[in-house]
Amino acid sequence: MKLSPDKKLDVREVLKELDKYRPRRKGWTWRKKIENNRIGSFVYKDTSENLSHSVPLPAAAYFDNIDPQCDFVITTEIASGRFEDDLRRMRMAAWHGADHIMVIRTIGQSHIDGLIEGTPEGVGGIPISRKQIRASRKALDAIEDEVGRPINFHSYVSGVAGPEIAVLFAEEGVNGAHQDPQYNVLYRNINMHRSFVDAAEAKKIMADAAILQLDGAHNANATAKQAWKVTPELFVQHAINTAYSNAAGMPNDLIALSTVPPTAPPAPKMYYDLPYAVALRELFEGYKFRAQQNTRYMESDTMETTITHVLDTLISRMTSADIQSTITPDEGRNIPWHYNNVAGVNTARQTLMGLDGLMEQVELRQDGPLRQNVRELKERAVLFLEEILNDGGYYTAVEKGQFVDQGYFPERKGDGIIRDPQGGDCADTVIPRHADYGAPVCSHFGNNSYAQHGNKPCDDYGGCTLCDPSKIQYIDELDEQDNVGKRLEQSLADKAAGLIRPEVEKHGDSIVCVTVFVPENPEVAEAAAMGMARQMNLKNPEVISRRVMHPAEGSVFEIKGILDVAVKLEELQIPTMEELLSDEAIEAWVRPRDIHIVAATVGEDEHSVGLHEILDIKHGGIEKYGFHCHNLGTSVAIERLLDKAEETNARAILISTIVTHADVHKQHMLHLHTLAKQRGMRERLVLVAGGAQVTEQLARQCGMDAGFGHGATGRDVGSFLVRVLREKWPG
Amino acid sequence: MHCTERPDDFEQRREKLKGMSDEELHRYFWQLVEQIVEPLIDEARTHTTPSIERSVLLRMGFSSIEAKQLVEKMLQRNVLGHGAGRLILELAKAKRLSIRETGVALLSGQYWEELPV
Repeated sequence: MKLSPDKKLDVREVLKELDKYRPRRKGWTWRKKIENNRIGSFVYKDTSENLSHSVPLPAAAYFDNIDPQCDFVITTEIASGRFEDDLRRMRMAAWHGADHIMVIRTIGQSHIDGLIEGTPEGVGGIPISRKQIRASRKALDAIEDEVGRPINFHSYVSGVAGPEIAVLFAEEGVNGAHQDPQYNVLYRNINMHRSFVDAAEAKKIMADAAILQLDGAHNANATAKQAWKVTPELFVQHAINTAYSNAAGMPNDLIALSTVPPTAPPAPKMYYDLPYAVALRELFEGYKFRAQQNTRYMESDTMETTITHVLDTLISRMTSADIQSTITPDEGRNIPWHYNNVAGVNTARQTLMGLDGLMEQVELRQDGPLRQNVRELKERAVLFLEEILNDGGYYTAVEKGQFVDQGYFPERKGDGIIRDPQGGDCADTVIPRHADYGAPVCSHFGNNSYAQHGNKPCDDYGGCTLCDPSKIQYIDELDEQDNVGKRLEQSLADKAAGLIRPEVEKHGDSIVCVTVFVPENPEVAEAAAMGMARQMNLKNPEVISRRVMHPAEGSVFEIKGILDVAVKLEELQIPTMEELLSDEAIEAWVRPRDIHIVAATVGEDEHSVGLHEILDIKHGGIEKYGFHCHNLGTSVAIERLLDKAEETNARAILISTIVTHADVHKQHMLHLHTLAKQRGMRERLVLVAGGAQVTEQLARQCGMDAGFGHGATGRDVGSFLVRVLREKWPG
Repeated sequence: MHCTERPDDFEQRREKLKGMSDEELHRYFWQLVEQIVEPLIDEARTHTTPSIERSVLLRMGFSSIEAKQLVEKMLQRNVLGHGAGRLILELAKAKRLSIRETGVALLSGQYWEELPV
């Protein structure tokens, strides 16, 4: 399967011959760091190989469209409930720099004692099944070919079917997974004996398949009321899972600690979070770090969330990280939307590019409070461990509520999570192995009569599925109604009819989001904003973000709703983009012809930057092609432009009009056109307007020959001028 | 049974840790962790679960649906402690059948009395 950048991913193609698909590789892939990497005008210190296809950061337009890639793997978590819609989101995220795609499981899968098959729809995630995993991996193979970088695919080996899911992941080439029995115990109330016994088997399977493991400790500070107070416990949780993984046969380089800076502004984030990050990296030297961003205090304001996540990412760069995970800025208010996955990835990408080379210039002070705080955190963690042992071990400590207590250990608030070692989901399902116990398969943990003789345990019958994947039993669908084929009917029908609908999460959801500022007190403003949304014909409108600007002067709201419209592709008028002439072709025509051009920012307008970008040679402007440019400056009257054009026998006039108050930009354009006409100069002159609010259509309506808006370059203008002038004066 | 409230008595408790170097503290940290983990991993080495046994049968070439039914029946007969995979492999050897043929026969109700337990 091969993707083409100008074509949508075809899910039917993904599903074709899925029963025969085999993953092209197993195990995790890191980015390859390149020392002193020259990209465009810069030398980067902390980057990896470039992508072959990507969407660069917006400001890259000013830096030769470079798109440097940091040395950390970047994660995005995807969860719409329909894997076929997730695939498109994965592709978008990959184009923005994500190379670790984490697929969230549907609510409740942890308590299903066995595997799910087929492609049923999920809630808040997808039901992880062989078919969904296989289809996703196959699509990611094509996506990684398109962007030119391996993509790690990730999900969860937890719940009560951990060992089976681990086998599934090993067979299907899943590259990373969460595995931490403490999560089962504390948050899902799954029996602790069952959780730990299952975990050893799952970890052994993951280790042999080189699946990178992430632990679950970050959940403690996602659930604690005062997350910075559970930090001593976090070291303990990380350590228990780490040591247990090592004991189950997992090497250090497959064990990644999932760690989150615990606070958010207005808390003094750096003062608390930096010592924690340093202490963790010192205690767990030799292991990997998956730096997650804070979710605990993030609600509906996506800008606030983004700023906190920038600070989180700063901590990663100032300490270390192997993976920079990202949280979508809208996670606190809804199941993440497509473009917010991309926004989250870009928060990490933009921040890490900006921080490139930072640690060659600064270092953390070792003679101040940092060192003291680091030491205190470690000592508190040691005291926590001592208490577990004094209590009689891990199970008893959990039973006593030692974990996720809100007190800053050794302080205790008495509100920890209490679990009964003999209780919980799947209690009494742990069975002693008899002396003759055997498991004739590879990647099995613990006593096993088939592991005694030197051969592989599966030799007696020609190999297990891990050695001979042709033995894997593939189940396609079990539910005639709830499957991808049925769901695709609607999207394929829309496509056939040429219907286009807005979308944030799943095909055809038709959800849009509008921003409304209302100059009233918060209560009145919100009611009014909702009224406005209804008048916009938004169905089921809902305020998803509210910020008070001033208690009396107004509030701003983001409102989501269903815009139940479909646009017909055949009825759209799509302007055809003329292909730009090359720099060489423009210059070859211009230079021998001695062409004069007059330009200015017109009206009462002191903005000069836009015009400089278009004219000046140092900004890549049209001077470089050999045009003689007469820039009259800012706040210039139209008459002066025409005088100068007459004097220099100019062929074109370029006006920049940034100020748009009371449509003054339209008046300037009309005035130029009319005056040129009155003076008998209109025919010989090419008139061009530019500005942030100028469009081609608007400019033409106002008598211009062309209009250039935001993002236009000297080449755009130069190419246009040559085409028009060539036509007016051939030869 | 649960922890009661306790004030932050860190300063008293840390007395014995104060003199340790960072390196000694790290070593002590990991010693304690290993003591905590040891009984947990011992239990895993000597015990199994329905999920582990199903995962063994998946690896032996059974579908998730087959594995679930086979393990459920073995659990009912209280023979899972011998290992689902071992029971099927040894039965297959005795009957000169393939692994899959043996599993399918068991699913149809055959050979349950002949399991090598």
